[in-house]
Amino acid sequence: MRIRKVVALAGALTLSLLTGCAKGDSAGSSGNTVTYWLWDSSQLPAYQACAEGFEKQNPGLHVKITQMGWGDYWTKLTASFIAGTQPDVFTDHIQKFGQFADLDVLQPLDDLGINESDYQSGLASSWVGQDGHRYGSPKDWDTVALFYNKKMAHAAGLTAEELNSLSWNPKDGGTFEKAIAHLTIDKYGKRGDEPGFDKHHVKVYGLATGGAGDSDGQTQWSNFTASAGWTYTDKKRWGTKYQYDSKTFQSVITWYFGLVKKGYLAPFTAYSEGANPPNAQMGSGRAATAFDGAWMISTYDGLKGVKVSTAFTPVGPTGKRATMMNGLADSITKNARNKRGAKKWVKYLASNECQKTVGTYGIVFPATPEGTNAAVAAYKKKGIDVTAFTRPVADKKDFTTFSFPITDYAADVYALMHPAMQDVYANDAPVSGLGKTNDQINFILGQ
Amino acid sequence: MTVAASSPPSRLPLRGAEGVTAKRKARKVRERGDGALAALFIAPALLGFLVFLLWPTLRGIYLSFTRFNLLTPAKWVGLDNYIRMVHDPIFWDSLKVTVEYVVINIGVQTVSALVIAVLLQRLTQSAVLRGIVLAPYLMSNVVAGVVWLWMLDNQLGIGNEIIQSLGLDRVPFLADETWAIPTIALINVWRHVGYTALLLFAGLQAIPNDMYEAAKVDGASEWRMFWRITMPLLRPVLAVVLIMTVIGSFQVFDTVAVTTSGGPANATNVLQYYIYGSAFGRFQFGYASAMSVALLAVLSAITVIQYRITRAGQTDLG
Repeated sequence: MRIRKVVALAGALTLSLLTGCAKGDSAGSSGNTVTYWLWDSSQLPAYQACAEGFEKQNPGLHVKITQMGWGDYWTKLTASFIAGTQPDVFTDHIQKFGQFADLDVLQPLDDLGINESDYQSGLASSWVGQDGHRYGSPKDWDTVALFYNKKMAHAAGLTAEELNSLSWNPKDGGTFEKAIAHLTIDKYGKRGDEPGFDKHHVKVYGLATGGAGDSDGQTQWSNFTASAGWTYTDKKRWGTKYQYDSKTFQSVITWYFGLVKKGYLAPFTAYSEGANPPNAQMGSGRAATAFDGAWMISTYDGLKGVKVSTAFTPVGPTGKRATMMNGLADSITKNARNKRGAKKWVKYLASNECQKTVGTYGIVFPATPEGTNAAVAAYKKKGIDVTAFTRPVADKKDFTTFSFPITDYAADVYALMHPAMQDVYANDAPVSGLGKTNDQINFILGQ
Repeated sequence: MTVAASSPPSRLPLRGAEGVTAKRKARKVRERGDGALAALFIAPALLGFLVFLLWPTLRGIYLSFTRFNLLTPAKWVGLDNYIRMVHDPIFWDSLKVTVEYVVINIGVQTVSALVIAVLLQRLTQSAVLRGIVLAPYLMSNVVAGVVWLWMLDNQLGIGNEIIQSLGLDRVPFLADETWAIPTIALINVWRHVGYTALLLFAGLQAIPNDMYEAAKVDGASEWRMFWRITMPLLRPVLAVVLIMTVIGSFQVFDTVAVTTSGGPANATNVLQYYIYGSAFGRFQFGYASAMSVALLAVLSAITVIQYRITRAGQTDLG
């Protein structure tokens, strides 16, 4: 009897191991369900509202939305492509687009009838691959502006008009550097532009740190490099050569990180993505201003005890202000289980109807002009002025907008530039060393 | 076991050739019966070993000779990945950083664990104290990493608030290239030292108490007893603990991923993190596999050397 029991138990255990190894249920897709992934939790209610609208128009179809944080999102998405459990539709980022196109995991969306003129300028065209096919439908957009602590600005005697008319240059930093110097205060209460200022014991930094900026410097140095006339690559899209070896780029970077030595920009050691991002530095009163993106508007607005306002990026040597305009898209996976349903859902996501719904939540700027207007109105209702983010898109005379670099091997570019820029920022490495990194990047691109 | 018990050899006639043959037969029956049962017992573990260890290892070695991005078929490239590895300064830098981490982590952890274990054995029998010592080990590495990241933050961390209140300058524990590796090593010491101490404590329990009593009668001090009795007799356990912790230490990953992401400027880019980034960040699974094979070779060599030097398989007891 005992042997039989033991044998039965061992057999059951082996069987459970075997079945445990078998492939489980995939992403829960079926004929009438469309699976959709996104990373921004604050956008979840808006897209749930969209899904309800979609389900009403398409009886029998159901959208299953899964949200997970930015870091886990890409790891899980990668794993899902490998395991064959990928979602039917997912929110795509332009930085990942090149790699996914290389890996051949995206479904062309040419038959969706996406009309570029229906969206804010430049958003739709970014999602066309080198093969001429479309792989993403425009979803939303964001730009970068200067968040500032209203109380600190007022105490420094800086008005909103003054902060909105700053200019800079890589030689003496212009009025922008003067402003952040004046906003900087050491532990004895001396301002950064006053004699006797102790740059080694700064209590409030004029400008918060967002890290070294990796390969794009989106919320760090990109508005300066672009307003100095520099571009990431030799071509607007699908460039074959990066230009981190350019004298213009290197002079801007030297000036920008030189602000640390003057005590105006918080040092690298103050930055921690997990513990102390720019909004936390502003929230704790350790920084007076921070460059950050439109997706952070609500976060800054919700800071406890700190009233925040926004200003345009400063005018650069080109005579224009510059800000990165980044647009997300919805992509369909090549092996989507419910491709027909997925196409219907993406078409609906790209429609004015859904984008207006998303806009009314006032958490992001949808890609269609009407969607954008709905968002601006929703922000206004909350008492938030978003002109610093929207004017650059509408006013082409005074503003330049530019995109993330779109090239092959984006992950390799990041892997090389991430430590190289940190070396310049944290270890004061000579900026000329970026020339060597640039050679390595271009070697990879030339393969 | 039940089979063996039902036909014990002592019941068989033991005289002459007949007796010998019968004995052999019985042994054969018993062996066959045990074999089948043993196979059944081993089956789940063997299956796990084959599926989760042997097959991935063999596949990893094969992939190290290919260019593979996971989604398209692997392409045989011979020794290309290994040649690239030899010429890759980041790989060598990662190895250096890893060794630096292991030396600090294992050095501090082993000495601290030994001290804690000896104190637990010689001074107290309190189970509560043993529980407290083990407590950090119950926390996940990621949670421990995040908590320490917040506590040690240069601007907002309570650790730096205390340092500043003492009139000292703030320390960029995890954001400075000099401080980052020692800090991560010590965070992991904090988490693992209790567990290591408990293993050593178990080893200490095996040392007969009469040895200490005899030494005391001879007038030996605690210090002398530690070096002359405790250390020599604890050696096999200490050796096994060292082998296990060194292997674990070389595979440090999660604390780095949570606190520094390999930065600043690759100062904490330990080998496992570099392998992970190459595989899941850059989709270079062939190259990542080659580096994993190199790590396997390094760990195997270190383990064999440690095993030989410390004579982990022999005891001086008895």
